[in-house]
Amino acid sequence: MGLRIRIVGFASSLLLTLAAFFLAAHPDFFPVKVQTVVALLLVLAFFQATAQSICFIHLWREKGVPWNLLLFLSTIGMMIIIIVGSIWIMNHLNANMTGL
Amino acid sequence: MRRLNISFQLRRWRALKETNSAEETKVFGFWVYLMTDLIIFSVLFATFAVLQNSTFGGPSGRELFSLPFALAETLILLTSSFTCALATFAISQKQKKGALLWFLITFALGLSFLVLEFSEFAHFASRGATPQRSGFLSAYFTLVGTHGLHISVGLLWMFVMMLRIGKARFEPPLVSQLLRLALFWHFLDIVWVFIFTAVYASGHLL
Repeated sequence: MGLRIRIVGFASSLLLTLAAFFLAAHPDFFPVKVQTVVALLLVLAFFQATAQSICFIHLWREKGVPWNLLLFLSTIGMMIIIIVGSIWIMNHLNANMTGL
Repeated sequence: MRRLNISFQLRRWRALKETNSAEETKVFGFWVYLMTDLIIFSVLFATFAVLQNSTFGGPSGRELFSLPFALAETLILLTSSFTCALATFAISQKQKKGALLWFLITFALGLSFLVLEFSEFAHFASRGATPQRSGFLSAYFTLVGTHGLHISVGLLWMFVMMLRIGKARFEPPLVSQLLRLALFWHFLDIVWVFIFTAVYASGHLL
């Protein structure tokens, strides 16, 4: 069990990495916009992060109150607020930026 | 409706406190540190996402990044995370030599990742892509450099722990320290997955 779940984690991470590489190298493979391909890449990354947190960190197998997992999930909430909020606000303030 | 919710939680908490050893509490404390580290990385990711196109006439990510090179870095770090997981498996089987061997392989892979990253930075610098060139490059070097700094510290830590495996007894204090090191290493690989996706793969497309 212990060894097998680690191998499963490695194999799935490997597959997801190679899939992301293939998508980035051949963005025309699916007839969609580039933004959609980037969104798809992020979904693959989330799958891989979930796979590694289950198989390598064993986050989902705590006994009792799952403090580690609860803290992890609330941190993800904070991260989404920071990242999505920053991108959202700064896109509306882009008139003041030097780029674009 | 029974109103036992709070007292039930309290009883559960007491039961948990009794079963929780001091070592588990230390691992939880280290996990809290990792979560604050995650906040640092998310701020750097947000900065990078905002400044991604602010190249100020300098080289863009599309011109700079080599996707196969980034894939090689990713595969090396992923494999090192796997060998680190094999080390924790050896720890759970109480195999001292196995744990030492897998940590040694993890260390070698981590070191080769770091060498690749530095050669990449040097290559960019030779093409005039230094942190002060544009907002995009400042954000790129800060984000990837912070991750590289964590890897360097992790390697130093792993080196010290390998010396300790040789000397100390294979009992709870050492085992808990090794598990915290493994946690740190897995965490860094998960952060790198997002760097590969958001910086290299997306930078290649956008």
